[in-house]
Amino acid sequence: MLSTLEAGRCESMGTLLDVKDLKTRFHTPEGTVYAVNGISFHVKEGETLAVVGESGCGKSVSMLSILQLILVPPGEIAGGQALYRGVDLLKKSESEMEAIRGQEVAMIFQDPMTSLNPVLSIGRQISETLRTHKGMDQKEANRRTIELLEMVGISDPAHRLGDYPHQFSGGMRQRVMIAIALACNPSLLIADEPTTALDVTIQAQIVELVTKIRDQVHMAVIWITHDLGVVAGIADRVMVMYAGFIVEEASVVELYENPCHPYTSALLGALPRVDRRRDHRLKSIPGAPPSLLVEPHGCPFSARCEVVIDRCKTDNPLLTPVGQDHHNIACWVDINTGAPR
Amino acid sequence: MNGSPPLVIVDNLTKHFPVTRGIIIQRKVGAVRAVDGISFTIDQGETLGLVGESGCGKTTAGRTLLGLYPATAGTVTIDGHNIRSAKGREMLLIRRIAQMIFQDPYASLNPRWTVHSIISEPLRVHHLFKTEAERVERVQELMGLVGLSGRLINRFPHEFSGGQRQRIGVARALASDPRFIVCDEPISALDVSIQAQVVNLLEDLQDRFGLTYLFIAHDLSMVRHICDRVAVMYLGLMAELADRNELYEHPLHPYTIALLSAVPVPDPRKDRARRRIILAGDVPSPINPPSGCRFHPRCPLADQQCSDEVPEWRLAAPSHWVACHKV
Amino acid sequence: METTASQIPILTLDDLETPPLSLGQLAWRRFKRHKPAIIGLVVLVLLVMYALGGTLFISEKYANFNDTSLRLQGPSAVHPFGTDSIGRDILARTIYGGQISLMIGLTAVIVETLLGILVGAIAGYYGGVVDSVLMRITEAMLNIPEIFLLIVMAKYFGGKIPEVDLLGRTFSGSVIVIVLIIGLTSWMYLARIVRAQFLSLKENEFVLAARATGTSNFEIIFRHILPNSIAPIVVSATLGVANAILSEAYISFLGLGVQPPTATWGNMLDGANNYLDTAPWLWFFPGILILLTVLSINFLGDGLRDALDPRSRTV
Repeated sequence: MLSTLEAGRCESMGTLLDVKDLKTRFHTPEGTVYAVNGISFHVKEGETLAVVGESGCGKSVSMLSILQLILVPPGEIAGGQALYRGVDLLKKSESEMEAIRGQEVAMIFQDPMTSLNPVLSIGRQISETLRTHKGMDQKEANRRTIELLEMVGISDPAHRLGDYPHQFSGGMRQRVMIAIALACNPSLLIADEPTTALDVTIQAQIVELVTKIRDQVHMAVIWITHDLGVVAGIADRVMVMYAGFIVEEASVVELYENPCHPYTSALLGALPRVDRRRDHRLKSIPGAPPSLLVEPHGCPFSARCEVVIDRCKTDNPLLTPVGQDHHNIACWVDINTGAPR
Repeated sequence: MNGSPPLVIVDNLTKHFPVTRGIIIQRKVGAVRAVDGISFTIDQGETLGLVGESGCGKTTAGRTLLGLYPATAGTVTIDGHNIRSAKGREMLLIRRIAQMIFQDPYASLNPRWTVHSIISEPLRVHHLFKTEAERVERVQELMGLVGLSGRLINRFPHEFSGGQRQRIGVARALASDPRFIVCDEPISALDVSIQAQVVNLLEDLQDRFGLTYLFIAHDLSMVRHICDRVAVMYLGLMAELADRNELYEHPLHPYTIALLSAVPVPDPRKDRARRRIILAGDVPSPINPPSGCRFHPRCPLADQQCSDEVPEWRLAAPSHWVACHKV
Repeated sequence: METTASQIPILTLDDLETPPLSLGQLAWRRFKRHKPAIIGLVVLVLLVMYALGGTLFISEKYANFNDTSLRLQGPSAVHPFGTDSIGRDILARTIYGGQISLMIGLTAVIVETLLGILVGAIAGYYGGVVDSVLMRITEAMLNIPEIFLLIVMAKYFGGKIPEVDLLGRTFSGSVIVIVLIIGLTSWMYLARIVRAQFLSLKENEFVLAARATGTSNFEIIFRHILPNSIAPIVVSATLGVANAILSEAYISFLGLGVQPPTATWGNMLDGANNYLDTAPWLWFFPGILILLTVLSINFLGDGLRDALDPRSRTV
């Protein structure tokens, strides 16, 4: 694993998804919610990109927007492009998107119970996906279903085809969801907090499973989470979001060893460590994230920032490179010196 | 942590929830053995961590310990008062010195009450101040302690963020000058940056008032940070109990070892270099727990003895308790 | 501890920028967005004004005055709504009947709500055998068709109570009987709603917090749980008013309800079925008033459900 970390597993690969200046808003009775405010990022083939941030930072909404899975209205994609293999997903019709969602890009969610139909057997739910998207006949679909369930580590899959979702535990249901997502060999898997509802030992099982399958079938993964621990173990690159903006992106090692945005640095300081003796109080970030009901002006983190300067309150910094290795941050200040960059 | 007797003594605490059937007269047909005989003590001023996965009985243990659920068996003594036999005035006294902080900052505050009504509830129940003006003053003092402006005294919970609500819950728990507080997953519903705020606040208050905490959590990293000693539960029983560094550096029980190895570390090099023990399967049902050692169906070391005999809860090293045949 | 913070850091106090908003203001904001409910509310206010304000222009004596020579006259300038089968003015009777119908609706719901809350709260909070017994009784009551209960009780108790004077008016004693009967036969649904609320709320952490602090059961029931169950109770009670007005109309239509000469919208329909084609004004005006009332109450109930829903805590 370590060697892959150093080499940068995906250096030579082509870009799979290229998102440019994506903006998503929700028009609610209370006013406009500025959920995603012009974010640009890309994912390469076979790469794992982690999207990290606290609740309400826009990490899920941005991915749902790309797949046109947000409800319009109240939602609105106010601008931007999402180029998947060069084609803009935001311009696709609903029926075109349905084909893409099943076959090219798959998604798994935090709560597998609400994404599985409780009155259909597991076998039927998986084979149906295969029959509609791949045009398989019943026999072929069944054979592939058993193969998929075996792949996600469900023992004795042939006998469990007739079981219903409630007969599976939370971790097992998430495995079934992964099997459904993998049914059509997608090139990109978007995992939206897939382990948040699970216990730590089950989380370890799922993380191991996704990593193994990713390497087996050479699939790109976007892993949305708030847990910086899980990210360290699974990601190639990390993107940190705050109040609808990307504030820092870097390779995983660079981000953890040399965080350059005050928010990232504070988040890492707020984490206790299971592998070390306690040596300091946790660093807490005062205050709370800004209201998304106000059109953003200035740096969104400026109200809670320790190294804030006057300029932060009026100009929102753009994502610009620091050092090498595609390490980008959106900050006016050098956090080591506290001086403007 | 000195010669004085422990503040809290829990002996063989048991809580079974009956599974009943019947239209008017309900027959008991089984029991959810949520807590099945756990024993530990907590010293004055100490923080004991109680960890385990969902369904292990840690929350039930905390609630039964305070008498919120009637215990099935065992005794709990808090500051010399037996909580199971206490009634009337003695019970009210226990309610004053032992308090609780809850997990869900949205569900734990009455949405129809103002911050003042919420925080002053213990003051009213225990008749701690004579006049309303004195109570208002005390509530504002408590709000200041947890970092909330006293001007917000007449606001409703829905106007606050999750972290602020949790601090209102802390202020309520502090109102009656308790000595012991059960913190039931007080930070697991909060965002990372807010978790640190609440944890630091709990530590400051402990230093200031000499509080004793039972800290129930599933986040093993946070438990290592905040607790002096840590107890690990599995399926209603204690698996292991030791000082925090002893437990995290020399875990003895195979379950503790697996649990610790599964916790991700926020350091990519270290995390990927760690050897992870992936436990097979899920936690069995507490209605029909496995025979012998309850962990044996998932344990990599299990043998015949483990499935036949219940392991004894014993001292394996100085102040290091464990229940395992293989240690 | 390796490094304990030597001094307690001074916390910066959090303040809020938003102006204070009470729960009532929030509910009103949500209610205002519900157009049908606003229309319902306006129509209901107009109906109440009609029933109350009408008394300023027309006396009750006039409403009960009959002159058989004027029977079954169609709407005219003198009798805008026409006259009934014994020559009474229908406009006047809809005004006075409206008062009774609306009053029966409101008071029956008070009886229903008190009973429903009492049974539901005790069953839900205490659980166990108490709950089993109370709920079996509730279900037994639910299994008997309500209309059957109404008829039997109305026949048995009706007409045995002397006239009463209240608020300057003289009522047939049957009004009180009808109110009690409707109240006694309709509390079951509310009891089940309240019980369900109590069952879920008593496990809520704020109730546990109250118990952990030593708050008495009485206070937990009435100050913690009940105020948080108010939304479904208010909605159910609102719809209950409509149901009670309808129930009164049923039994009065069958001649078992409020006894003449006291008018209600319901007993004005009594006998109208004989004149469906020949004198449609007999049933049309009270019928349309009942319809409007029930419809607007239902719209209002929908709006209240949305406005008071505790799950929509946001602005």
